[in-house]
Amino acid sequence: MNSTLKYEDAIARLEYIAEQLEKGDLTLEEALTFFEEGINLIKTCSKILDEAEGKIQVLTKDLNGDLIIQDFNGGSEVIE
Amino acid sequence: MKPVLTVSEITNIIKYLFDTNEILRHVYIRGEISNFKHHISGHMYFTLKDEKSQIRCVMFRNSNILLPFIPENGMRVVAFGFISIFAKSGEYQLYVEDLQPDGIGALHIAFEKLKERLAKEGLFELQRKQPIPFLPKKIGIITSLTGAAIRDLLTVIKRRFPNVDIIIAPVLVQGRDAAEEICSAILELNRLKDIDVIIVGRGGGSIEELWAFNEEKVARAIANSPIPVISAVGHETDYTISDFVADKRAPTPSAAGEIAVPEKRVLQNEIRYISLRLINGILGYIGARRQKLEYLKRAPIFKRPETYIINCSLIMDQLSKRLQKDIDFYISKKKSILNHYIARLEALNPLSILKRGYSICMSPDENKIIKRPKDVKNGDSVIVLLSGGRLLCSVEDSKGKGDDD
Repeated sequence: MNSTLKYEDAIARLEYIAEQLEKGDLTLEEALTFFEEGINLIKTCSKILDEAEGKIQVLTKDLNGDLIIQDFNGGSEVIE
Repeated sequence: MKPVLTVSEITNIIKYLFDTNEILRHVYIRGEISNFKHHISGHMYFTLKDEKSQIRCVMFRNSNILLPFIPENGMRVVAFGFISIFAKSGEYQLYVEDLQPDGIGALHIAFEKLKERLAKEGLFELQRKQPIPFLPKKIGIITSLTGAAIRDLLTVIKRRFPNVDIIIAPVLVQGRDAAEEICSAILELNRLKDIDVIIVGRGGGSIEELWAFNEEKVARAIANSPIPVISAVGHETDYTISDFVADKRAPTPSAAGEIAVPEKRVLQNEIRYISLRLINGILGYIGARRQKLEYLKRAPIFKRPETYIINCSLIMDQLSKRLQKDIDFYISKKKSILNHYIARLEALNPLSILKRGYSICMSPDENKIIKRPKDVKNGDSVIVLLSGGRLLCSVEDSKGKGDDD
C-alpha cells in the first residue's frame, strides 16, 4: 500500500474535487488547481491498483527451523 | 512353606504385573468425570465412572497443560494412558496422558465455557476489532494446502484482484497439533511486517474437525495479532471461538476472499468515471464562463456606449433639479422661522414703546438717560426722543417727586 496516500482517501478527495468543479462557483485559478490535483490523484489511484505483483508464495521452514518463503507451485492446479 | 513378604515387596510384584501387561500399558477408557480436582500443583485428580464401575485417575501437569478444554464433572471423555499402582496407598489408578471430550455434548460444554470466559474478559468486544484494510497489497492465508478452503480462497481473490500478493502459511487444520501450528503461523506472518490482512480458516467439517478453531490459544493468538484477522471456518452455520475473536468473521472461505479484496474492475471503472467527471467539470466550467463573456459582449453598454452616457446625463439633470427644489424649500422654511423671531424681538424693543406716546429724555450728547430732575439745572439743554423724531429743549424749571410746589 502506498504509505503516503490511501486509495480510499484519494477517491474521497477526487469526489470532492469533481463536486467542486461541477458546482462551478470557483475562480478560474481555483478551478485549474483543482483539476490538476484531480488528474494527479487519478494517476496515483491507477498506480496503487497496479502496485502489487500478484505473487503467490508459501511460508515454510527449512531443516534448521528458519522461515523460508517459496513460490507456490501448486498455483496452476488450484486455480484451474 | 512360602516366604513371608513385606507389604512393599508384594506391592512391587503387583506393580510389576500391571506395568508389564500389554492391555494396561496403553488403554483408552471411556467414562464420565466426577470428583474433579485441579490441584494447586497443576495436577488433576478425578474419577472416571460408568453405570457399574469407577476408576481413579490422575493427570499430571505436563500432560494436562496442553488440554484444549477444561474438564468438568459430568463431562463424558475418552482418556488415554496407562494403569499402574500407586505404592504408597496400594491403589491402582489410571495415569492419564491425553483426554478428549467424548461426543458432541462434551464439546459443546467446552465451547460454551470458553466462549463465556473470553467474553467476560472482553475479547469479543467491538472496540477491540481492527478495521480490515480496504485495499490490501499482500494477504496472508493460514490454512491447509490441501483443503478446499485454499482453492476457494485463491480462486475468489485472484478473480477479484488478480495482482494482489498472497503468502500462504500452510498448517494442519485438524488434529492434535493444529492449534499450535495455527498459533505459530499467526506469529510468523506478523513478523513479516508487509502483510495487510490475515485470513485464517478451513473448509467445512464436523465439530471435532473444526475444534482447533475453538481452542483458547488460537483465540488468543488471533486476538493479539497486530495484523487484522478475518476468520473463515467451515460453513455459514458454523460458529467457532475464532469467529468471535477475529476482527471480521467470514461465513465461508470464499466469502473471506470477498471481504479481503475489492473487485479491481469495479475500482477501475470508478476511476474512469471520476476522470470523466473531472474533465466534463473543467470543460463545463470554462464553457460557462465563455458563454457569459459572449453574453456580456452583446450587452448594450458595450454595443452603444453613447446611449449609456446620454442616459446618465438625463439622470444627472433630474437629480440636480430635485436638489434645487429641495434647497429652495429648506431656505424658505428657515426664513419663516427667522421672521417669527424678528417679530418677537420687535415687541421687546424699547423704541417701540415710543410709538405708544412715551418719550425719553437724554443728555445732549445722547450718552445718558435723564431719570431725575436733579440730573439737570435750569437752562441745560436736553434732547427728548419721540417716536416721530427728536426735540432739542432747554430746562426752565425742575421739580422732583415729593418736592413742594
